[in-house]
Amino acid sequence: MHELEAVYTVWLREMIRYTRDRGRMISSLAMPIFWLLIFGSSIRASVEMNIDYTSFIAPGIIVMSLMFNSIFSGITVIWDRELGFMKEMLVAPISRLSIVAGKALGGATTALVQGTFLIFLILVVKNLSSGYFIALRMDLTVFFLIIPMMVLISLGLVGLGISIASRLDSLENFGLVMNFLIMPMFFLSGALFPINNLPSWIRYVTYLDPVTYGVELLRSILIGFSSINIILSFSAVLIFTCSMLLIGAYLFNKRS
Amino acid sequence: MVYLPVIKVKNLTKVFNNEIRAVDGINFEINQGEIFGFLGPNGAGKTTTINMLCTLIKPTKGEANICEYSIIKNPEQVRECIGLVFQDPTLDDRLTAKENLELHARLYGVPKSQRKKRINEVLELVELSDRANSIVRTFSGGMKRRLEIARGLIHYPKVLFLDEPTLGLDPQTRKHVWDYILKLKKEFKITIMMTTHYMEEADELCDRVAIIDHGKIIASEEPKKLKDGLGGDTIILDISDKNLEKAKKVFKKAKFFDSQVLLSVKNAGREIKKVLEKAKKNKIEVIEANIRKPTLNDVFLNLTGREIREETAGLREELKRRMMMRGH
Repeated sequence: MHELEAVYTVWLREMIRYTRDRGRMISSLAMPIFWLLIFGSSIRASVEMNIDYTSFIAPGIIVMSLMFNSIFSGITVIWDRELGFMKEMLVAPISRLSIVAGKALGGATTALVQGTFLIFLILVVKNLSSGYFIALRMDLTVFFLIIPMMVLISLGLVGLGISIASRLDSLENFGLVMNFLIMPMFFLSGALFPINNLPSWIRYVTYLDPVTYGVELLRSILIGFSSINIILSFSAVLIFTCSMLLIGAYLFNKRS
Repeated sequence: MVYLPVIKVKNLTKVFNNEIRAVDGINFEINQGEIFGFLGPNGAGKTTTINMLCTLIKPTKGEANICEYSIIKNPEQVRECIGLVFQDPTLDDRLTAKENLELHARLYGVPKSQRKKRINEVLELVELSDRANSIVRTFSGGMKRRLEIARGLIHYPKVLFLDEPTLGLDPQTRKHVWDYILKLKKEFKITIMMTTHYMEEADELCDRVAIIDHGKIIASEEPKKLKDGLGGDTIILDISDKNLEKAKKVFKKAKFFDSQVLLSVKNAGREIKKVLEKAKKNKIEVIEANIRKPTLNDVFLNLTGREIREETAGLREELKRRMMMRGH
């Protein structure tokens, strides 16, 4: 019982910090919008696809938003260490697992808020352009299907963030992680292009990228079209999330 | 009533990287309601000992019991009955004072019905009630330290660990923090273990001090007894040069230094009157009379042949600030 309270407490702190950090909130909402409106509509003018390009990348951009948010949330473990607050949590009579769980749920919640906001925004654009600019499927069934999927993807990515944070000594190396892990994961995920048209050598690399399955999963739900079978992508996301959370918890525990 | 020591430490040892013996087989006991000081230069092993006792790091050898729980076998029970104030700040500075206290109360399982009462109680104790809803970022160093002490008390710990509680504070704030510590002992009978490298701090606050150097305890006693062990006080008389020869005859056991007479006595306060009368009787004019009591610094000097080097907090803070800036 006390451990649940502990998870809730760690989560609560994440929420207070999130609502107080307006800069982070605004910038993480603005970036996907730029991608969708500027990148999306420019490429759309010059590619031929059987679906309009902005609709095609919309699920990818949602995953991108989840990705940056969740990994960042996991990375804040380093911040807590440097601020000293981590010590306060470590000497409290709670288990290490509760700290990881609270952090993971906190990260997933912020990602979910951003993801939902983004879907809402996409729907507004869709209605304003009468489906010309973007055409996503959205009804109650889709909505209630997409929410748990976004939570699942975010949890896995927070787990990845915590794992990275447990291996890094300071935020100085964050640029390295950004350039050599996060960016390639995003670009190789098929968020911006259909993977079945790719040359085979790069296609195999995309199959190794867990983010691919997240993108394809959301794409199956939101536009009913995907290069990977929905059952397969769901299973892959589930396995990724479970293993990332386990690895994250293990590395965090080992570190402290 | 026979009460057991609240903290029992037996042969506690910590070796880092198989070679650095940070703490080397120390033994001590702390009784209930006592303020026990851990005194020593930087790097003597004070913080390592505290980190082991509060279960942050595992000892290489030996054991310790706090409130009858083993720090090795029952770390969670130990953590429940101790409060901690670390050397470096551990507050979330984006949160308000109240939020920091609230989170702490929740982490330590303080029942909901009591949280509000206790938060107000500790805020009042450290005189921060009027800043309860301010973001901690806006607090001065002294206020942060006071808030941390308040936080360490919310769950009514039986033992409070204070690691360099006044490091980097100005003299006035330091005195303030001392007052709180003494208040805790008097009003709540909390057992306090504190580390410090400020001699006068240990002298003023502690019932007993352990002097630690190179990971070993080299003396453990009441501060007064340690100082008495040095052989008492010194009375210093400033006299004029023309009386010097006369004084040498009168005070046969004294040491002479320029125009100063240095007398070793057991209790200077009591004996100074006699000494002055003796001088007057022999027509030796005393320009100034001073008493020098031995300090814990003299004790340390006597035991190790070195002085405890006082670390400049300014430099430390500066380094820390730079590290944070690089991090962001």
